[in-house]
This record gives sequence, structure tokens and C-alpha cells, in this order.
Amino acid sequence: MKLKQLESMLGDFQQFSNPKVELEQYPTGPHIASRMLYTAETSFGDVSNKVVADFGCGCGTLGAAAALLGAEQVIAIDIDSESLELASENAEDLELDIDFVQSDIRNLEWRGQIVDTVVMNPPFGTRKKGADMDFLRVALKVASQAVYSLHKTSTRDHVKKAALRDLHASSAEVLCELRYDVPQLYKFHKKKEVDIAVDLWRFVPKRNRRNDV
Amino acid sequence: MRLLTHNMLSSNIKGVTNGFPLRIEVEKAIEKQVDFNPDFLKNMFPKIDWKALLDASRTMGYAELPDETPDSSMLDSDEFLRKFHHALLELHLEEGALVCPETGRKFPVNKGIPNMLLHEDEV
Repeated sequence: MKLKQLESMLGDFQQFSNPKVELEQYPTGPHIASRMLYTAETSFGDVSNKVVADFGCGCGTLGAAAALLGAEQVIAIDIDSESLELASENAEDLELDIDFVQSDIRNLEWRGQIVDTVVMNPPFGTRKKGADMDFLRVALKVASQAVYSLHKTSTRDHVKKAALRDLHASSAEVLCELRYDVPQLYKFHKKKEVDIAVDLWRFVPKRNRRNDV
Repeated sequence: MRLLTHNMLSSNIKGVTNGFPLRIEVEKAIEKQVDFNPDFLKNMFPKIDWKALLDASRTMGYAELPDETPDSSMLDSDEFLRKFHHALLELHLEEGALVCPETGRKFPVNKGIPNMLLHEDEV
């Protein structure tokens, strides 16, 4: 599948109608989602025939992109039942078979090494400090191959240091810098639309370093 | 929910040490066909807890998996791989519950989605 095709298939997704500010629900647009998964597949082979988990799936864009690119199993997790309902409708519209689980990412207990790749657009932690690093900690525990994640460019040094020092990443690499359009979803947004700089990261968990050639 | 997902979900209640595997209570099970991918299955086989998959598939009404943990020579058998494929990827728990083996606490499954959210005193 071509990148353009992937992006346009994700373009019809329903987004949140009542986003919850405490969960920092910002939609992952088709532009970013398609680039993230396309890179994971074409540059690293981390998607097709793999088990991919989408952490904090929201309306399910990243998980759907993984399924469209040939992931054998996609497991999408969110704490919010409205998000999961929306995400499963979106998956159904594209006839994608995705497993959904309702859970707080921080309390996830998974056995073994079944998940190959975690993809996520975590809460950036502007409302609840450190929320993105909580997600990253669990993602690096669960994934056997790689974690793809978005973090604000302004936190780049901190993310790198924490991932390598505290979260058992063997490598932490910024693949590219993207503009993230945040539409005026919430009352506290003063401007109509702002775009913030975010980094697309690829992390490799420590124990599998030798497999990651 | 596929049994592949069941094979890694554990009870995450505070203080529980043996939260795996979750017992399945079936109200409604469904089947959805997916493409047969032998390479994926061979790669997944060593990561699967056989006993958990066996018990789960029986509870879901599928009795074709062998009792004993198969050794890896079975992976050359097309017949075995097709059964493994069916149990792992095509059986879905649509309505019912997952039960913590230690505490008996039930995690409901509605529309195929297990609700693993904890109460305040369980975190």
C-alpha cells in the first residue's frame, strides 16, 4: 500500500465529539498516523505479520493504520469507553479485525513477549505531568521489538535521557520532526488552531538489542 | 476478543501474584475467519502458554487442540497449524467475563471488549 492511499483511508475516521480534557484527547490526524506506521513498516519491518499494540488508541487511527499495513494482530487499548466505541466503529467501517481492551495503561499486566511493536500518541503530559513517560515505561516493558511514539520536541533531551537511563531502552532515536495541528477543541485554547513541533521516536527495548540489527 | 489476547492478559489487581490465566465465562462466542499465515503461527508458537490456550479454547466450545503441549515438530503439520490458527485467531469471546484466578473478581466483556479497569481500592 502506498503512503497516500493509507492516509486517505484514515481520512474518513470519526473523531471525538466530546473530547475529555483530563485525558488529553487530541486526535492523531491521518497525516501523522500514516507517516508513523509507514516508516515503521518500510524502514524497519515492524508492522506486517507482527503483533502490534496501540496504547491510548483514542479513535483508533494508529491501530487501524497498523492493520491496513498487514499487522497480523492489533490490540488497541484505551481507558475511555466512548473512545473504544468510536474506535471499534471506525475499524468496522474499514472491515478491520482489531482487538480492543479497556484499561489504564499504567496498570497493564501482560504476560510474556507476545507483542512485537507498540505504537502510541501518548498524552503529552501538559495536564498531568509525566503522563507520556508513564506510557513509555509500560510500552518498553511490553514490546519485544520496538516502540513508536510522539513526544513534544521541546522535551527531546529529557525523553532521551529518561528512556535510556530509567526505562530500559537500548536505543532512542528521533526519526523525524512533525507539525502536530491541535485544533481548538477546548475552551482554554485561545487561538483557533496551533501547531506544535513533535518528534517521532523509535525506541528499542534493552533485552532484544541483539535482534535489532 | 481473540484467544491470542487472552493468552497475555493477567489480573492486575494490587496484591495478586498469580493473575494468569484469567478464567473465561462465555455468554456468547463468535468466529471470524482470518487468513492462514503459517509463518506467523510458527513464530508465535513458542510464546504461547499452551495450557491457557487449551483451556480457553475448550471453554469456548472448540475441542480440537491436543492435551499435551505439542513439541515443535508439530509445526510441520498443516493439520496442527490450522487448528492452532483457529483457536488462537478465529475464536472470539463476544459477551461474558474474565475471572481473576486468585480473587474471583470478574472483568466483564461486552461487545468483545474486556473491561480491565480497576476500582480505587484495587490499584
